[in-house]
Amino acid sequence: MSAVLDDHHDHHDHHHAPPKGIMRWLLTTNHKDIGAMYLWFSFIMFLTGGFMAMIIRAELFQPGLQIVDPNFFNQMTTVHGLVMVFGAVMPAFTGLANYMIPMMIGAPDMALPRMNNWSFWILPFAFLILISSLFTEGGGPNFGWTFYAPLSTTFGPDSTAMFVFSVHIMGISSIMGAINVVVTIMNMRAPGMSYMKMPLFCWTWLITAFLLIAVMPVLAGAVTMVLTDKYFGTSFFDAAGGGDPVMFQHIFWFFGHPEVYIMILPSFGVISAIIPAFSRKKLFGYASMVYATASIAGLSFLVWSHHMFTTGMPVFGELFFMYMTMMIAVPTGVKVFNWVATMWRGAMTFETPMLFAIGFVILFTIGGFSGLMLAIAPADFQYHDTYFVVAHFHYVLVSGAIFSIMAGAYYWLPKWTGHMYDETLGKWHFWLSTIFVNLLFFPMHFLGLAGMPRRIPDYATQFADVNMIVSIGGFCFGLTQLLFLYIVIKCIKGGEKAPAKPWEGAEGLEWSIPSPAPYHTFEVPPKVS
Amino acid sequence: MHLSRYLRSGGALLASGFASVEAMAGEQTKSMRYNMTEGVTEISQSVYSLHQIILWICVIIGVIVFGAMFYSIFKHRKSKGVKPATFHESVKVEIAWTIVPIIILIGMAVPATSTLRKMEDTSDAELTIKVTGYQWKWRYEYIDYNGRKLDIDYFSNLGTSQRQIHNKEKKSENYLLEVDRPLYIPTGKKVRFLITANDVIHSWWVPAFSVKKDAIPGFINETWTKVDEPGTYRGQCAELCGKDHGFMPVVVKALDTKDFDGWLNTEQEKVAEAKRIEYEAYGRDWPLEELMTEGKKIYDAKCAVCHMPNGEGIPGAFPALKDSAVALGDISKHIDVVVYGVQGTAMQAFKDQLNDIETAAVVTYERNAWGNDTGDAVQPRTVRDHKQQATK
Amino acid sequence: MTELAQKNKKLVVKLLGCVAFMSLFVVALVPLYNTFCEITGLNGKGTGIVTDDRPSTIDTDRLVTVQFITQVNPGMPWSFEPLESQIKVYPGEIKKVMFRATNMGAKEITGQAIPSVTPGLTATYFKKTECFCFNQQVLKAGESVDMPVAFFVDPELPKEYGTITLSYSLFNVTQAIEQAELASK
Repeated sequence: MSAVLDDHHDHHDHHHAPPKGIMRWLLTTNHKDIGAMYLWFSFIMFLTGGFMAMIIRAELFQPGLQIVDPNFFNQMTTVHGLVMVFGAVMPAFTGLANYMIPMMIGAPDMALPRMNNWSFWILPFAFLILISSLFTEGGGPNFGWTFYAPLSTTFGPDSTAMFVFSVHIMGISSIMGAINVVVTIMNMRAPGMSYMKMPLFCWTWLITAFLLIAVMPVLAGAVTMVLTDKYFGTSFFDAAGGGDPVMFQHIFWFFGHPEVYIMILPSFGVISAIIPAFSRKKLFGYASMVYATASIAGLSFLVWSHHMFTTGMPVFGELFFMYMTMMIAVPTGVKVFNWVATMWRGAMTFETPMLFAIGFVILFTIGGFSGLMLAIAPADFQYHDTYFVVAHFHYVLVSGAIFSIMAGAYYWLPKWTGHMYDETLGKWHFWLSTIFVNLLFFPMHFLGLAGMPRRIPDYATQFADVNMIVSIGGFCFGLTQLLFLYIVIKCIKGGEKAPAKPWEGAEGLEWSIPSPAPYHTFEVPPKVS
Repeated sequence: MHLSRYLRSGGALLASGFASVEAMAGEQTKSMRYNMTEGVTEISQSVYSLHQIILWICVIIGVIVFGAMFYSIFKHRKSKGVKPATFHESVKVEIAWTIVPIIILIGMAVPATSTLRKMEDTSDAELTIKVTGYQWKWRYEYIDYNGRKLDIDYFSNLGTSQRQIHNKEKKSENYLLEVDRPLYIPTGKKVRFLITANDVIHSWWVPAFSVKKDAIPGFINETWTKVDEPGTYRGQCAELCGKDHGFMPVVVKALDTKDFDGWLNTEQEKVAEAKRIEYEAYGRDWPLEELMTEGKKIYDAKCAVCHMPNGEGIPGAFPALKDSAVALGDISKHIDVVVYGVQGTAMQAFKDQLNDIETAAVVTYERNAWGNDTGDAVQPRTVRDHKQQATK
Repeated sequence: MTELAQKNKKLVVKLLGCVAFMSLFVVALVPLYNTFCEITGLNGKGTGIVTDDRPSTIDTDRLVTVQFITQVNPGMPWSFEPLESQIKVYPGEIKKVMFRATNMGAKEITGQAIPSVTPGLTATYFKKTECFCFNQQVLKAGESVDMPVAFFVDPELPKEYGTITLSYSLFNVTQAIEQAELASK
């Protein structure tokens, strides 16, 4: 029997066929395998973090304490945030990068395939540690994903060491992934593929990778200081020993703000591939898109203190960070205008990827507007740490980053599986997601403006109606994502055969190879004119 | 495992949840405002108008950009048989949509800058109040009133009962936004707040004043307000500060100057009266029952949030008192923990929150409740002597 | 292919260099931040240093109110109060005020007072020539001491500041010292 199986040869594969079973996945150095594993992992984490969000929304369904106690509620908000940021959004983009970048630039694989294997396989352990900390006595991290000292140090639970260790592993994984992307893009491009000919997704990821390399060590430093403060008697953040809790926030947000762009820049790349494809028109202002991405990345290092306006900064500090933050609106605006100009006088069709991309442009821009409002320091004193902020960053991260990941998944699914996904179900997925994501997050703006603080397990009765609407939106949005799982599985199992280039207007090397993409591609570099 | 403890019964909840939705509708007397409050100070009004300006600028830009986009979506479809255009660059257009936003942003920055400068000008205050954040209550100390030092210093705890929070009682009108002792300030006078914290970072927020400032342990922050309308203004802690972060509201009562001065006088009389009662308490022997009754009240109000009403605490987070070494051991050590707190833990010092009678009562309660039957009736004078033991 | 491998290796080394640089940068951030705060008065710091400067002039045209507030952190059976809660000074005039600390507990305790000044920007103009907060205070059970702070307000203080508040938070460092001693053994 096995002889028969071994006989089976993929004729594109002149090397060995991949080993079978679990070992194939454990030992693989193939960028498509690793990309797929990243994507599946991120989806599992998306459901895990989503489940925690459901607990949060169930508790907030009505005033009073019903399901969980406040301490567990705090653990849920904390771990939900960590899982979604480091487990869902970031690995999803790393997965897309692994799968697509070599195909986009005409390279046979990532530059450092063995490191690639490592950077993926340490991730599940990081999250195993993090999630199992919830089951220790005293519970898991309950100090918010921002883990402000001294709540996370002197007053943190005993499991803080597990939290720190898991963040270290996530950081190492991200840094290795980022190094791989940089080396691949800089050294492995096919002849003729100059920087300014690269797809924008490669550009945005190159810049993202540099951001990762710059700030993940800062995060590692911050958690290490938390660790030594808690367990080894240092006092970096403890006023008693001459430390300063506000310094923690400076260090954290020096990492944290670029981190926000790490989660959104690759989105810009995905959207910049999809909108031209379905508008059947070249991307408007390619060069300005590149410069805008780079300037957003640069500015992200100069705005961190806008998260800290209420900590009591001198006026000149507040003004500086306010102006810098407002400046970010300019390159971000350029991007949105360019996308609209790309659509302008195109010949558009509206398949699921395009629907998600348009949804992204609108909803991300709403998140951008609320971001601009938050930048205005005097008004921020009212918005800060309320549901307005929660609404803002969920617009950017859910209907922004996650919508773009969905768009990318639908766009490249035919290439990955060799089958077309079910277009009708895809459209259902889009419309349900869009309706419920707005039902979930839009009313949060009102809650915040009306004065509901974030991270509270119970609230005053006047917030009851809106919270109930938000919770219903949340449950429905959560359920809708199971439809996506069904669509993907259905597409893997079968469906209409996908041609090499299923989208009429799509451009790029990935469409020059057959669907599904063979196990090894571009072993002989293509010529790019 | 532990989850099961937390996730009591999801199914039962949903059923009861939907049932009580209707019950709740009747309870709700206040309706929610869907926009930022204008507030009652000059500053809060300028913040509000700033907010309105930016909001409308964003809405207008949104309408223009999305309008263009939707026009394109409806007109430039393949199904309408359009041929795609081929343009993909225009330096002029790109410069235009870089410059125009910059101009709009400058337009926003100008009023924002002047409002910010006003907010940060704390000079010439008539009343100075020190606000200290504790896990999970606020402490108000009146430092200076036109050069006069005041002897007023008290804690402001959540006024909502645990029974309401756990849905065993109808929720009151100001559910979670009520305290046992609000902060009183005079109207028409500039009041300066010095803000700090005793354990973790908190944030003192009153939306109607547009005042939100972090309370940071070891550091002092300041902010100010000048309220013109007498009234009651409610806010909450706005920085995650641990388990009961959602349960430490801020309530400020603004009184006109005459009423405020009256309040000051009665308050100072009350301080003197409390001291007299305490002094008398030292003179007699308190029976166990009396201490237990008094102690239970205090325990439920101040201690039960962490150590739990059954004295079992939350394993790994807050220690149990039932069968604990402290509650069954040396009385003097027990008093010490309650009075001065335990460094590096959430156990705060209660010396400024409980007088000697209350301390004696709560210690007695902890030593005799839940089967901790030590039989100790700790006397107020024992607490006094403990506090002064070394100085005598 | 080996040429590419070489190229890749070089680039990886450079990128690892970046990671190492950023890691060192975080370590350096701590002293950098403190220095930055001391220079600019950010976060009300800058009062940790004793100064040898003496003011050249006394500006008798205006008076600045200096308030003193204190707090004692948990686990510390001390009372700690300024003897005067506020004074008015001419910029440039050296003043001495006393703070009284009493150990009401039954054990010897070491305390450390942490100063903070608000408004933060005045910290650089608030100069101390003598302060108990430069040292730790060891008080035996029942012991009481009066501790001095001598300071002057720099005549350069911008006119818009009329009130400066100096706050001391008192922390119990007895355990920390014991731990440190144990660790060094």
